[in-house]
Amino acid sequence: MLKLLKRLWVIMKSPSTASFGFILVIGFLGGIIFWGGFNTGMEATNTEAFCSGCHAPIVKEIRETIHYSNRSGVRAICSDCHVPHKWTDKIVRKVQASKELFAFAMGTIDTDEKFKARRAHLANREWQRMKENNSQECRNCHQFEYMDFSEQGKRSVSQHSTALASGDKTCVDCHKGIAHQLPDMKGIEGWQ
Amino acid sequence: MKKILTAIFTASVIAFSSPAVFSTEEVVLTHNGGVPSLRGLVEVSDVNKAEALKKVPREQHLIDRNYVQQPPLIPHSIRGYQVNLNANKCLSCHSFKNAGAMGATKVSVTHFITREGTTLSDVSPRRYFCLQCHVTQADAKPLVDNTFTPVDSLR
Repeated sequence: MLKLLKRLWVIMKSPSTASFGFILVIGFLGGIIFWGGFNTGMEATNTEAFCSGCHAPIVKEIRETIHYSNRSGVRAICSDCHVPHKWTDKIVRKVQASKELFAFAMGTIDTDEKFKARRAHLANREWQRMKENNSQECRNCHQFEYMDFSEQGKRSVSQHSTALASGDKTCVDCHKGIAHQLPDMKGIEGWQ
Repeated sequence: MKKILTAIFTASVIAFSSPAVFSTEEVVLTHNGGVPSLRGLVEVSDVNKAEALKKVPREQHLIDRNYVQQPPLIPHSIRGYQVNLNANKCLSCHSFKNAGAMGATKVSVTHFITREGTTLSDVSPRRYFCLQCHVTQADAKPLVDNTFTPVDSLR
């Protein structure tokens, strides 16, 4: 075994007789395949089907909401709100999500009862994340600069033109449970 | 063989279609007792064409009450508002705590009274489910004319 490793090391160390151009072309093609494969793999973990693998009951909840069924047929899927769109932020989130694989292996929320018991914790964590990044994922689609207050309802305008415009509040401060059932809201600001 | 089949087919078509073609009026009169209903003078078993669903306006003017103690109607859309054991979206604007800041109508204190007559510090469980009494209004014409007029104090 050690001999084999040693031989491999010698091969890796010694200069090759291949032409510089050949090595460049191989490297270039290898790069494309690796990078493309990596991104495709990562995108595959952004699909609704992938999320449903563990979170099936939650994925179903979105169906009654405006982000699933609406008049113009535009819709948001899990990753649109739960995974940042910018590449660097996305990688950070994906690395954090590797911890969730551990939870999957441990079966942390694999029954309905376990999930319900943990729901408030999970929701709070996600609200906190959105609060910290100023509801970045909402704003990927809903950009404040392009909101036309004359098209909004009275109630919307009174909040958006004051608290949201001044930066006192961010989207998720008021818009909770817009795509999911809510957990127990006792003690949450602005509720009851 | 083919001729026999064709004959049977033709006979059955005539047998099944003829009563409907010839005697609509008679059947209606026999099967519904001759009573025209809201659906019009139709066969009891007939299915009427459903009307298009009415849309609830996103916002409308406050709707006047028609009688004393009528639960006020909801003058805005409530799509996606959750009212259940965990959360009550209505109260995040209409509760005593939040109504001032949100510029909303406060729930009446009568909602704090339990069925035994004790006044609680917050909404009583029996009055918690707002939509049992308060409902949204679409712009729908009444199906039946009526002569109801509100009492003087509400006119």
